[in-house]
Amino acid sequence: MTFGWTQHEGHAIALPAHNVDTDQLIPSRFMSTPRDEGYGKFLLHDLRRDADGNEHKHFPLNRFRNASILVTGRNFGSGSSREAAVYALVDAGIRAVLAPSFGDIFSSNAINNGMLPAQISPEDHITLLSLLDDTSMLAQICLEKNHISIGDCSIAFELDPTWRTKLINGWDDIDLTMQHGEDIKNHKKNLEQSAPWALPAANRQRS
Amino acid sequence: MTSGRTLLDKLWAAHEIVLRDDGASLLWVDRHLVHEGSHHAFGKLADREIAVAEPDLTFAVVDHYAPTRHRERISNPQIRYMIETLRKNASKHHLKLFDLDDPRQGIVHVVGPEQGLTLPGLLINCGDSHTSTHGAFGALAFGIGATEVAHVLATQTIWQKKPAVMRIWIDGQLGPGVSAKDIALNWIAALGADGARGHAIEYGGSAIRNLTMEGRMTLCNLSIEGGARFGLIAPDRTTFDYLKGRPFAPTGSQWEAAVEAWTGLRTDDDARFDQEVRLNGSDIAPTVTWGTSPEQAIPVTAAIPDPKLLVNGKARSVEDALEYMKLPAGRPIEGTPIDQVFVGSCTNGRIEDLRVAAAVLAGRKAKVPGLVSPGSAQVKTQAEQEGLDKVFIDAGLEWASPGCSMCVGMNGDLVQPGKRCASSTNRNFRGRQGPGSLTHLMSPAMVAAAAVTGEITDVRPLLKGRLA
Repeated sequence: MTFGWTQHEGHAIALPAHNVDTDQLIPSRFMSTPRDEGYGKFLLHDLRRDADGNEHKHFPLNRFRNASILVTGRNFGSGSSREAAVYALVDAGIRAVLAPSFGDIFSSNAINNGMLPAQISPEDHITLLSLLDDTSMLAQICLEKNHISIGDCSIAFELDPTWRTKLINGWDDIDLTMQHGEDIKNHKKNLEQSAPWALPAANRQRS
Repeated sequence: MTSGRTLLDKLWAAHEIVLRDDGASLLWVDRHLVHEGSHHAFGKLADREIAVAEPDLTFAVVDHYAPTRHRERISNPQIRYMIETLRKNASKHHLKLFDLDDPRQGIVHVVGPEQGLTLPGLLINCGDSHTSTHGAFGALAFGIGATEVAHVLATQTIWQKKPAVMRIWIDGQLGPGVSAKDIALNWIAALGADGARGHAIEYGGSAIRNLTMEGRMTLCNLSIEGGARFGLIAPDRTTFDYLKGRPFAPTGSQWEAAVEAWTGLRTDDDARFDQEVRLNGSDIAPTVTWGTSPEQAIPVTAAIPDPKLLVNGKARSVEDALEYMKLPAGRPIEGTPIDQVFVGSCTNGRIEDLRVAAAVLAGRKAKVPGLVSPGSAQVKTQAEQEGLDKVFIDAGLEWASPGCSMCVGMNGDLVQPGKRCASSTNRNFRGRQGPGSLTHLMSPAMVAAAAVTGEITDVRPLLKGRLA
C-alpha cells in the first residue's frame, strides 16, 4: 500500500555510474528476508562496504545519510525484475531517482511503491552531476509540473502520464481492476468458446 | 491509409479487456508461473485475504533456490525456508507445483515450453525478467515485479501500456560454432544494454527461421539484457513440431484448431515498425563479455577495449569495469586464464546446449573445475540417455541436478571472490555469481572450449569434425 504525493523536498546526491543493475541494488543473498524486517540496510550493499562489511567512507550514500533523491547514470535498475531493489531504495528513504534511462521493469516496480523514476536528458544529467560533485544539495520535486529544482538549476523530467497519475493518487491496481470484474469474466467466457486450446490441456489432472 | 498489423498488435488485441483513456490496457493472462521468489506477492495476498483467482492457470516451480547437490536434505535454513514457503503457498491456493522430486522440475523458463504450458498466442507472466524466453513461441511473455505478481494472482490480469516494436532482422548463415547466444551478445553490444528499452523486439530473417526452438529461446531470453521486456518470434513449423504431444499442449481437434489460429500469428507484410535493425549472421563470430554489463561484449578474436582510446563518458565505465574484472586494457581477450566453468541456466541449459558442450569436451580433459547443471530434470534424463553426463564427468566436470544454480547464486552454488568463471549464463553483473565473482558470458560451446584450455578460447578449431 502506498500513499500519493505531489511534492517532495529533500537532499539530492550523485551516484555517477551507468548500468547500476538490480543485482547491485540488492544482492540476491538478502532476498529471502521478510519485508517487515526492512530492506534499507541492503541497498547497494556490496558497493557500500568492503568484503569484511566495513563501510567505504567516500561512498555517497555513506557520506550523506539523509539523502532522499539520487541522480545517477543511464540504464538504472536494469536486469532482474526483483522488486526488492525498490524496497531497498524506499526503505533507505529514497523517494526519487533521476537518470537518463531506467530498466522498464524497475520503473513499474518503482511506481508501484510510490517512488519516482524521473527520466532526465543526458545534458541535464551532466549538469546535475557537476552540481552535486562531492556534495549534497537540497532539491524540490513537483510531480504536477514534472519539474525539479536544485540550487539555481531548474530542470524538467519525463514521466509517463499514467504513472504520474498513479504516483499522485497512490492508486492500488487491485482495487481498480476489481471494478472491471464483469469485463474480465466475459473475456474468459469468450476465450473458452473461441479458443479452448488456450487452456492448459492437463490442468485437471492434479498430481 | 492503414498499414498492416505487427505480431505484437495481434497478440495485444487478443488479450485486451479494457483500454483506458490514458492508453493503459488491462490484459488477460493465460499462464502465470510462480517460484520461490514470489513470496512477497503471496504475502500481499495474505495481508488482504485474497485467494488466487485462477489456480488452474497458475503453475509453481522450485528453481531459484533449488539445491543442485544433496537435495534430499537441505542444510541451509534460508533455502529450506524459501522452498517450504512456496510449498505452503501452492498448497493453500491449490496450485500445481513442480517440486524438487518431480520429474518435471527445472528452471521455470525451461519447464514451461517443455511441458507445453507455453504456446503461441498466449500471454505469459512470471516474476522473473527472463520470461521473455517464452516469446520464442510467438507468445506475449514478460517479466513482472512482486506487486504485479500479486495483481495477476488476484485478478488473472495485468495493466500494461503497449510498447513500441523494434524488428531485428538477421539474414545470412551462422558459421560453425556460432549460436543464438552470439547473435544476442552481438546486437546488445551494438545497441547497448538499454538499446531496446521501451520496446518489444520481433526477431526475423533467415538466420532466425533456421534456429531450432532451443536457439530461439536463447535469443528471446536475452532480449531483456538489451532492455526489451518482450522478445518475439512468429511461430512456424519448427514451433508446432516442438510442441506437438507435450503434456499440457492441446490434442486432437483442439490441436488442429490451435495450429490454424497460430498460423495467422505473423506480422503483415505492410506493417510498420518503430525501429528496424539489420544484421548479417555470417558476420557474427563467437562472442564473449569482458566487462560487467552484457553490452561489454566482443568477438573472441578481438582485443579488450582501451579506455585511453575512448572519448566522453565511455572511458570511465570501461575503466571501472576493467578494474573490477582485473583485466588489462588493449590485450586480446583470447588467452585470458579462467578458474572455473559453468554450463546451465534458463539461457543455455537445454539439451542442445549440453550436446554442443559435450561435442567439444568428448575425449578431452578440462583444465579447470566446473559445474554442469541441466535446465530441467527432463533435460538431465535425456542427456543421460545420450551419454552426455559421462562426457562431462570424464572430462572432470561435476554433473548436477537442475535449477538456476550458479547463474544467480541463490542456492549456494557460488563463484568465490576474485575467481574468474566462463559461464553460459545471462548476466555478468558485479557479484551476480557471488560477491566479487568475475563472469565472462559466452555460449556453451565456448564455455566447453575454455574448460579444455583453461583460458578464453575460440571454440571453432576445437569443433572441427565434431559437429553433426
